[in-house]
Amino acid sequence: MTWAVFAQNIVNGISLGSLYALVAIGYTMVYGILRLINFAHSDVFMLGAYMLFYIDFMFRLPWWLTFVLAAVLTGVLGITIERVAYRPLRQAPRISSLISAIGISFFIQNLGLVVFGGRPKPFPVPQFFSQSYMVGSVYMANISWVVPVFSGLLMLGLTMLVYRTKVGLAMRAISHDMDTSSLMSVNVDGIIAITFGVGSALAAAGGIMWALKYPQINPLMGTVPGIKAFIAAVLGGIGSIPGAMIGGMLLGMLEIMLVALMPTLSGFRDAFAYLVLIVILLARPTGLLGREFREKV
Amino acid sequence: MRRVTGFLVLVLIALLAFAIPSVSAQQEPIRIGVYEPMTGPMAAGGQMTWEGIVLAHEMTPTVLGRPIKLFLADNKSDKVESANAVAKLIEQDKVIAIIGSYGSSNSIAGGDVAEKAGIPMMTDSATNPLVTLDKEYMFRACFIDPFQGEVMAKFAYGEGVRKAAILKDVAQDYSVGLSNYFKKTFIALTGDPKSIVAEVAYQTGDQDFSAQLTQVINSKAEALFVPGYFGDMALVAKQLRQLGSKILLMGGDAIDAPELVTIGGTAAEGIVFSTFYSADAPATPEAKKFVDAFKAKYGKTPNANGALGYDTYNLVVDAIRRANSDDPKKIRDAMASTKDFPAVTGSTTIDESGDATKDAVLLKVVDGKFTYLTTVKP
Repeated sequence: MTWAVFAQNIVNGISLGSLYALVAIGYTMVYGILRLINFAHSDVFMLGAYMLFYIDFMFRLPWWLTFVLAAVLTGVLGITIERVAYRPLRQAPRISSLISAIGISFFIQNLGLVVFGGRPKPFPVPQFFSQSYMVGSVYMANISWVVPVFSGLLMLGLTMLVYRTKVGLAMRAISHDMDTSSLMSVNVDGIIAITFGVGSALAAAGGIMWALKYPQINPLMGTVPGIKAFIAAVLGGIGSIPGAMIGGMLLGMLEIMLVALMPTLSGFRDAFAYLVLIVILLARPTGLLGREFREKV
Repeated sequence: MRRVTGFLVLVLIALLAFAIPSVSAQQEPIRIGVYEPMTGPMAAGGQMTWEGIVLAHEMTPTVLGRPIKLFLADNKSDKVESANAVAKLIEQDKVIAIIGSYGSSNSIAGGDVAEKAGIPMMTDSATNPLVTLDKEYMFRACFIDPFQGEVMAKFAYGEGVRKAAILKDVAQDYSVGLSNYFKKTFIALTGDPKSIVAEVAYQTGDQDFSAQLTQVINSKAEALFVPGYFGDMALVAKQLRQLGSKILLMGGDAIDAPELVTIGGTAAEGIVFSTFYSADAPATPEAKKFVDAFKAKYGKTPNANGALGYDTYNLVVDAIRRANSDDPKKIRDAMASTKDFPAVTGSTTIDESGDATKDAVLLKVVDGKFTYLTTVKP
């Protein structure tokens, strides 16, 4: 492999990895606070992309405004999902919420098939994002640096939210002990709703960024990115926001490098990603940056 | 009074009891099953095929004096779901013949079930040879991939390409098969085993091809053959052009869907592919009637899948008519002896292996439209 090809692959890896990271951040945030693996995350991701598609189709607003609207509306949707499917199960064993999340995931996918139709839709991509140019010997589309920068900013913003604000303090308190927090006059339901709202807005941002890079959207588009982001979150240590970022980048880079170095194995890239998941779970279940949490009995 | 009413009711019941069976014996519909990918990554192909089938059903709603009833099962672009869909059609809907499916892997999985149950099945557009191989009840209305691979390899060679690359979907029998036939012919033409300079793969559902395409560009290939489905091809085209490559991009019949252009946009310009049919080059007089009817019903020009859906329905109905029976075995025998049937996609004769031999049409994307290049005879 020549230097130029290597550099190109690094760019490809960062570009893919930052997308995984972006989706993983949302996964990890909800897990970090609620200890719930929100399997519906990947479908909220899909809904975010469709939200933008339809808002753009109907109102033709400036692009940034469409983006913000889509993210906010998807956030509201996330809060609704929490209200309907998770809150009634708050006192039930954790496995019930997990099953409910899987149910919601299937429900959204199939609802999507009915409402949006099974055929893929072309996603509206502003010229700016898909424009590519040469840097040295490497081709790079604008989207390739927009996503990492955007993910980095979101990660910073989220860390600020969790560690520097009162809401964040409440979130962390809930994550340690829900009952005691509520005794300390923390509005548990409200905080959890906010958590889901933010998590879903993040999923929407992820879905939109994904669709900007791969501009075809369909009701099942969330499945594969969702699983990859989940692997990324576990790799980085589920519950840790910087961990999700690192895990995503690492997974993206590993996948690209596997194809680059072993082209004959390129069809087995997904198998490789799952292999990473298994190895991590066996060797270091808490992930790279994860902390040990003792299950309270 | 009461006794009279009671008597009348009895008479009425007796009359109904006699009347119902005799009416139903005449009106009992012929049940034909259809399994197609209506959702999932191949949805466009399945839905366009279904449009053709529905149109044909409207134009020929009866056979043997009985109405035809269609049963549609969605196979979700998935092998396992295909087998389930066929089992459902046979066991629950009691169909006597089955149409489908778009996607060779779907047809292979579905065909196994139909073969065991002894229900004849005709696939509209599954081109992999394995679909009909060693199967008694399995037929197809289209050409097969050894021919298609040869057509595309010859086209590339004719364009002056001496080094080609292949990007295939390892999860699809269609893709793996077609890439092999392309490779074989291309190597035979150039006489150089190293003329396929890169052969990389992906898997259904992958959306990022940047690493594979970097490999292809680095191999200095002059053309890239992607025997994948339309959605993949649109993304491949986008990413290939974003990586700065301007090489010739080629595909097979599976990219013949409007999504290639709506998703691929300007990146899809110049893509050349082989398919079964083009409205611009009608193969038979039947084709004109079909195109007019299709436009009147759907307000758009049919593509190859619409035409094949239409043809397959008519071929199945023709077999039932010639069998003069709703017995699956007799329909199977009639299907096997189909000869010179005037189909939209060309005169159809089913050979010993259950396949049809037909012309291929080459199309090229020009200004966002599929433009007719040429017709290649087998």
